[in-house]
Amino acid sequence: MKNIKTTLSIILLLSGSIGLSSTSYAVSVGQISPDFTLSSSTKINTRLAELRGQVIMLNFWATWCNPCRVEIPHLQKLYAQYEDIGFTILGVSIDNNKTKAVKMANDLGAKFPILFDNTQNVSKLYSIKTMPFTILIDRDGKIRHLFQGYKPGYEAKYSKAIRELLRE
Amino acid sequence: MLYSKILNLLIIALALFLTGCSSWEPWVAPYEREILADPIMSFSRQPSIDSHYSHVYGVREGSHGAGTSIGGGCGCN
Amino acid sequence: MNYINKIKIIRPILQQVSIPALILLLTFAHSVAEAAVLAEDRVDVMTHSYSGGGVTAQGPALLVRKGNDKSYSAFASYYVDNVTSASIDVQAQASQYSEKRDDISLGVDYLYNDTITTASFNNSEESDYSSDSVNIDMSQEFFGGMSTFNIGYSASNDIVKRVDNDFNQELNRYRYRLGLSQILTKNWIISLNFESIAEKGYLSNAYRSARVLGAYVPELSPSTRTSEAYSIRSLTYFDWRGSLRFDYRFYTDTWGLQSDTYEIGISKYLGEKNILELSYRMYSQNKANFYSDNFTAEMIYMTRDKELSTFSDTTLKAKYTYHMFENDSGFFSKGNFTVSIGLIQFDYDDFTHYRTGEKYSYTATVAQILLSLWY
Repeated sequence: MKNIKTTLSIILLLSGSIGLSSTSYAVSVGQISPDFTLSSSTKINTRLAELRGQVIMLNFWATWCNPCRVEIPHLQKLYAQYEDIGFTILGVSIDNNKTKAVKMANDLGAKFPILFDNTQNVSKLYSIKTMPFTILIDRDGKIRHLFQGYKPGYEAKYSKAIRELLRE
Repeated sequence: MLYSKILNLLIIALALFLTGCSSWEPWVAPYEREILADPIMSFSRQPSIDSHYSHVYGVREGSHGAGTSIGGGCGCN
Repeated sequence: MNYINKIKIIRPILQQVSIPALILLLTFAHSVAEAAVLAEDRVDVMTHSYSGGGVTAQGPALLVRKGNDKSYSAFASYYVDNVTSASIDVQAQASQYSEKRDDISLGVDYLYNDTITTASFNNSEESDYSSDSVNIDMSQEFFGGMSTFNIGYSASNDIVKRVDNDFNQELNRYRYRLGLSQILTKNWIISLNFESIAEKGYLSNAYRSARVLGAYVPELSPSTRTSEAYSIRSLTYFDWRGSLRFDYRFYTDTWGLQSDTYEIGISKYLGEKNILELSYRMYSQNKANFYSDNFTAEMIYMTRDKELSTFSDTTLKAKYTYHMFENDSGFFSKGNFTVSIGLIQFDYDDFTHYRTGEKYSYTATVAQILLSLWY
């Protein structure tokens, strides 16, 4: 009985690794990024489809999310580096309080546009599974990379992916 | 003994069921967790203060455990 | 089926299912969202005080935590108790004394995917008692961060002495704990905890006496004690920018002692960021089976330790946190100042005042002033 239990547990361990690592998303690599329009800190409205032709990074963040706050200065570095050659970042804040979001973005040195998804409709549209959530969209509007969460070192992955997309 | 066998089987059954599911949807999505991240929704906002109360009670009451403080002994005669 | 019998069934079950439960949770360890984060870097400077029942204890407490922004976070705490005691037990048989206790803890958290492993060490020293313990804890998030499972183990060794002679005894303590924290709705989180403590060695009090037919004799407790504690905590958010907390803990041990602890707390934002918290706690226990205020015949185990008698205590607490500052530039990113005060009323049912013979009771005041800085 003890041996059976151990074997069963090991099988579960292995199948669990396979079974749950493929989680389904509403968005996936290769599909056209769902369009949306949100008000922003710089203009009245920003529509995603109108930015086609640029490499776009969509970063979903919130003031109450610690990894998001750590990530933003790194995103600003990428923005400063690649902005002039056809790259932009849209920082989609899901905070209910727009002023709080703008203040934190300014304090962290972010100069890229902050969009307000305070009704969380766009988060639902993109089926956000983690906070933060980062999507890289190519010049044709196709989703090419999805990054769940943020861990130190991710900015190197972002940089590499952005350079590849800019070269296309 | 019987209870533990049943519980073990339930856990194994649950594990098999879960492996069958290819995706898990948490019913509170990550972008809905603003309130849960609020300091007022923390069980222990000031660990130092809670630890002190835990010590005050631990010395004077006969019960210990299932609280937040770990370690430390006190003669407190 | 009474509580004792229920516990006798539940404890072995929990111990036996813990291994499959652990495997189950490790199986889903890395699934869906990776959301576990290490605790924030902070420094807490606190002054604490207790006064009641003829005892005063006060001192400083310092806590520092620093991580490397990747996978490690280390913490250290230093706590001092300066005690003067003329408690009822001391008054009965001795004279007022003063003492100092130093308590140090060092530990480190390690983050890997959704698992945080913590190893820590604690040392407590006073003139007639020293305690060393090591603790290991693991915390695992799963189901998209909706649930957090905790498991922990501690082993400690205490040396019990007397100030007036070369009395020297040891006791060993082993603690085993499990916990589950679960998000129920976007406004509601609950936490379930279990802890079992096994003690072996010298568990009596070197100075205390028991009483037999009015005469004082040395007290003697059994040399083993095993306990279980089960608790449930609930925290709910309300639209009026406040939260309601409810805690309940049930405790039982092999000395026949059982207790119930209830606590209710309300926290409310005052202004933008300041928080006022009011709470009420009710504790009641029944006596250990070898306790008596005055034995009518000599027994093998006898104690008159009021900690083991039938009594209840109620606490009223108020805590105010003033939000000093918060910004993302500058060395410190956030600062809070907290003042907390509590009144505890102790009422003993079968412990009497050595002089008046009346049931003993007293009120104690507990206070803390805390400065917390995040960096």
